[in-house]
Amino acid sequence: MNGANGRYMEFVDGRQPLGMVVSGSLSEGVKVRLDDGVSIEDIKVGTFVSIQGQRNRFLGVLTEIELESTDDGITSAPPDMSSPLMAQVMSGTIAYNTITVEPMLIIGADTMNAPQPAKTIPPHFSRVSLASEEDINMVFGSEDAGHFYIGNPMDMEVRLCLNIDELVKRSNGVFGKSGTGKTFLTRLLLIGILQNGAASNLIFDMHGEYGWRGSSEHTNEVKGLKQLFSSKVAVFTLDPESARRRGISTDYEVSIGYDDIEPEDVEILKDTWGLSDIAADTAHSLRRRLGKSWLRQFLEYQGGDEFSELAREMNVPHSTLSALRNRLNRLGRFEFITEGRGSNSVNEILNYLQRGMHVVLEFGRYGNNIDAYLLIANLLTRRIHERYVRMSEQASGDATQQPRPLVITIEEAHKFLSPAIAKNTIFGNIAREMRKYNVTLLVVDQRPSGIDDEVMSQLGTKIACLLDNERDTDAVLSGVSGSRKLRTVLARLESNRQALVFGHALPMPVVIQTREYGSPESYRELGFVEAAELKAQVERDVDALFGPGSD
Amino acid sequence: MDGQDVMNGRVGEVVEASTSEFTAQCYRLYDAPAIGNLVLCGERTPTYGIVCEATTQSIDPGRAAIPRGENAATEDEVISANPQIERLLHTKFRAIIVGHQDGISVRRYPPLTAPRMYSFVRECDDGEIAEFSGSHEFLGTLLNAPMDAQDHVVASFLRHASAAHPDAQGYLVSAGKALATALAGQLPRLSGILRSLE
Repeated sequence: MNGANGRYMEFVDGRQPLGMVVSGSLSEGVKVRLDDGVSIEDIKVGTFVSIQGQRNRFLGVLTEIELESTDDGITSAPPDMSSPLMAQVMSGTIAYNTITVEPMLIIGADTMNAPQPAKTIPPHFSRVSLASEEDINMVFGSEDAGHFYIGNPMDMEVRLCLNIDELVKRSNGVFGKSGTGKTFLTRLLLIGILQNGAASNLIFDMHGEYGWRGSSEHTNEVKGLKQLFSSKVAVFTLDPESARRRGISTDYEVSIGYDDIEPEDVEILKDTWGLSDIAADTAHSLRRRLGKSWLRQFLEYQGGDEFSELAREMNVPHSTLSALRNRLNRLGRFEFITEGRGSNSVNEILNYLQRGMHVVLEFGRYGNNIDAYLLIANLLTRRIHERYVRMSEQASGDATQQPRPLVITIEEAHKFLSPAIAKNTIFGNIAREMRKYNVTLLVVDQRPSGIDDEVMSQLGTKIACLLDNERDTDAVLSGVSGSRKLRTVLARLESNRQALVFGHALPMPVVIQTREYGSPESYRELGFVEAAELKAQVERDVDALFGPGSD
Repeated sequence: MDGQDVMNGRVGEVVEASTSEFTAQCYRLYDAPAIGNLVLCGERTPTYGIVCEATTQSIDPGRAAIPRGENAATEDEVISANPQIERLLHTKFRAIIVGHQDGISVRRYPPLTAPRMYSFVRECDDGEIAEFSGSHEFLGTLLNAPMDAQDHVVASFLRHASAAHPDAQGYLVSAGKALATALAGQLPRLSGILRSLE
């Protein structure tokens, strides 16, 4: 309590005091008057805060910081602050600071019970402090097989962990504008899933960030999953030439046959190709009319009468059919598209995945070609999903026969999940059906407002880096309780390596400083052993087994 | 025992008293404590007062003092030419009761009874001032007491008190904050008091 000498009641467990509850409500959060000695400049929105009530402890997020005064005259005629005495006296009395804390969880006196969502608020004058390491561990769990260390809560040293088992149960999203660390966070999540072993990853690696080398704004180049976990990761490529040029080895070269391409693949390219709905529907008609090899046959049609005849027979305008053929002709530029049926990529991928491996599909020079990315991701995912549905149905009733859970990572997700097409594409289905068939998505995107609302609401855990477009912020926070306050937090994130994480895998929203990735120590912490170190270890083991000097 | 010891810092005796204030007459002309000084009166219930006003006037209300030095060169000359003056005048001071001693405890609110007439009044020393001003509850009583130049009295007391504390500035800040709470909504008044404490 505020004594005459300006000292405050300290917490017995050494927590750093912030202030006391003075007003508030469950819907608006509680208002906390900051203690005299607490500098407002040290307070940051998004900080994790603990409130000691009479019987319970509340944990919440700091959502607002305000300058207040007891006297309206301070705004019209501010006192002379050049006087040190005046300045010291005014601060904390006439002029004081408050913060608003959104209580999220309640911890009862019996700490053995898991924290529960806060359905009440702490009483007046409850003391408020920064959350302690013990609070973080109690709420988020400490680092173990099921919990992966993803970063630190803002301004705290303690490790904050994600419950990976819960994470992979639903589709998830990583959002943020360009350069805010989405790829960085995604890589960490993938490593978490990989280390946990709860699911296999299939990553459509648009820009070659995940398999071999990735880039980082700080160290230029960071190790990819293949380098860190070579025995668990297979790299597939669409562009073997680029892989050879970069001097990286790949496990499989993916090729697609014209006969593999289905009208659904055309549908997903509708927007980027500027095709009308009629043209996209025409692809379905062509498939029905021409059979499996519809695409090849259609492209073989010569112009002129024959083509006009086809248009007439199908009852579509000549121009529409012609536009469709022009666009489909573009596929010929992709070297990975071959005559007939392509390599049996789907089987190969499934084999790897069912063995517990993780597959990264690199696009090489096609990484900048959104057509190629959409086509391949859609085509492969559709087939893999079909197989998963079959396997799941065959295994129904026998949990041991269920296919290994799969997490599919897609970038530029709004192109797959825009409101216009999300209802029809395989990605929309996967997001909506949750883990019914053991397949979930990890969507990575910089324009979440472009993703269908229904899909967004189905995402279990969302990791949001800085977003400054209001529509994007709305999209990410839609359906989240207390979203108005989280918006302030989201808009104030640092532009790099900071993210707001909320949803299914966490008991409450929290702002994290992403863990370090890219230094030798960070790799070691992730279980990576350098070749030289590995050799030395082997030698030590040999010596230990057979005695020094043995070969 | 010489006279000085007997006096033991005494400056006068209570000649008028209520539960909220008392008036003391000084033993010596012009010997009133300064405005804002802390004084203690009485032996049974030692009572703290803060001096808020001092007056010097004729002993006989019917015979007001008149000018006597029209032809004198200096003020001292007036006094030496009229040695009876000091016998015809007296000095009184008024103090607002702000606390009392209850056994060994210092209470920073008025006692239940008024000081007795002829109670001795003495100025507090630095130790007593520091002890009494260690907490600021008495400020409310002082700020609500009827007196002229109230802010001047408050500021003078705080100035005296800060000199008795080892960390004078720290004391002024702490007391200033208590004043700020007590004077909520009266920013110009608070600013005035604080400015006079610089």
